[in-house]
Amino acid sequence: MPWIGPALLLIFVFVLWPVIELFLVSFREISVSGLIKGWAGADNYRALLDNSDLSGTLKRTAIWLVVVVALTMALSLPLAQLMNARFRGRRFLRYSVIVPWAASLVITATSWKWILDPYFGIFTRILVDLRIADEPVDLLGDPRTSFIVLLAVGITVSLPFTSYVLLAGLQAIPKEIMEASLVDGASAWKGYWAITFPLLRPAFLVAAVINSVYVFNSFPIIWVMTKGGPAYETDTTTTFAYKVAFRDQDIGQSASLAVGNFFVILIFTMLFLKLSKWKELDQQ
Amino acid sequence: MTITQINKSRKKTSKNSRFKSITLSLTGITVAFLFIFPYVAMLSTALKPKSDITDMPPTYFPKSYEWGNFIKVFQEIPFGMYMRNTLIISIATMIIGIIVAVPAAYYVARNNFRLRTPFLLLVLVTQMFSPTSLLIGIYRELSIFNLVNTYQGLILVNVSFNLAFSVWILSSFFKSIPVEIEEAAFIDGASRFQTFRKISLPLAAPGIVTTAIFTFIAAWNEYVVAYTLASSPEKQPFSVGLSLLTGLYEVKWNFLFAGSLIAIIPIIILFISIEKYLVGGLTAGSVK
Repeated sequence: MPWIGPALLLIFVFVLWPVIELFLVSFREISVSGLIKGWAGADNYRALLDNSDLSGTLKRTAIWLVVVVALTMALSLPLAQLMNARFRGRRFLRYSVIVPWAASLVITATSWKWILDPYFGIFTRILVDLRIADEPVDLLGDPRTSFIVLLAVGITVSLPFTSYVLLAGLQAIPKEIMEASLVDGASAWKGYWAITFPLLRPAFLVAAVINSVYVFNSFPIIWVMTKGGPAYETDTTTTFAYKVAFRDQDIGQSASLAVGNFFVILIFTMLFLKLSKWKELDQQ
Repeated sequence: MTITQINKSRKKTSKNSRFKSITLSLTGITVAFLFIFPYVAMLSTALKPKSDITDMPPTYFPKSYEWGNFIKVFQEIPFGMYMRNTLIISIATMIIGIIVAVPAAYYVARNNFRLRTPFLLLVLVTQMFSPTSLLIGIYRELSIFNLVNTYQGLILVNVSFNLAFSVWILSSFFKSIPVEIEEAAFIDGASRFQTFRKISLPLAAPGIVTTAIFTFIAAWNEYVVAYTLASSPEKQPFSVGLSLLTGLYEVKWNFLFAGSLIAIIPIIILFISIEKYLVGGLTAGSVK
């Protein structure tokens, strides 16, 4: 017990306790200063459902999750293939792909925000030089385009992890198998889908599930670039829950949304456990 | 096939493969540039003098290169203070993380105790629950302990949520050490703790370094918890401090980005140094 005791203690105190606290708070009536006034029954949940900004937020969260994960996975297949190919500059590519993964997301998001600044940012300048635009373009200020920009940035920062997982998967495939697919006269494309991809599938699924959790929990990108605005136009449930709790000071309502988020992550976690080989470590 | 025919076809393939490798290189370098574009743009701004920042339209490159911005940043914005806070939080998270994770990982790798499965399950589940989703619970709990706006609070939360990766990587390192080596030491009269300290620990050193670096980076880049809990600038890490500076009326973008680059470049180098082990640790070994 002294061996695993400290680890257990930390997990119980700083991971499980907050979970329990979150559930309790969602059923409490809480004052603006954070004091518990009493039980609220399902009032917080009712208030959440009555919140007029909820449905838009839920819809956007679904789009955020599906679009970012789907495009990330679709793009990381060729990217991993490219990272695995032999050519001059491969190391440069591999290291460049790591950068958005290693760098603080806050800094990356801040840089994009500055690049996209309608007056002082380089993006407008590029568009003007390419004669695509002739006046300042404000992608982040326009609710029609700001969410699309967030999706794109979300994809660029998700790609490193998924493509590195797929690269590891590719490297685990014996060379002979890859070569055999070409010798047989199968075209590279056919060979890829018939031989390489099926072998890559476990890595692909694990990457997709873990990436889904990252994307669902993602906070800094949206928060730094738009704060979920204009108004609530670019909020996902993560940033929305933050706003309701720490800006609107409605801890109870926010907790009820966070409970919903908890169950979404729980589903992904169960998928992950099913796919992962944690049992292998478990069995000696 | 005649010799000439063979030579012809050989020539053709070598021409083909050269074309292929040039195309690959060009594609690879273009893609690489897309990934580092925001950081290159940041560097260009960081090197600009103040007068260039408000140019409309902006210039692609600085008119004069102000390398001094990387030193002036410590006076122009409270960057030194942010870095001090970041260092305190990351180093403490790293040290405590190792102290907690090493024995747990070793125990899990070497013993088949009754609660092994539930323990591993619990550890893996924490990998999925980022503090973002539990923010309200964390905030309220830390208020009870009076740990809001303290280093200790941030450090403990960081350590707890990074345990999964550490335990996973470390136990796979311990498992790769043959049990026979430990048994030999045991027969020679070493106690269990001595065996662990003198034999297993040094052999697992690469794993310990990897884990330490990963925990350090995770704490270094952490944002949401610090943003919520560290309300006073004296406690804010750079991620929070710099992001709050962008909300001011006059933003010193050149210094902000000079600071940002100082904060991310060493981390990128560290990250590259542990790249080999990252995927295995983050996917709980299901890929590698």
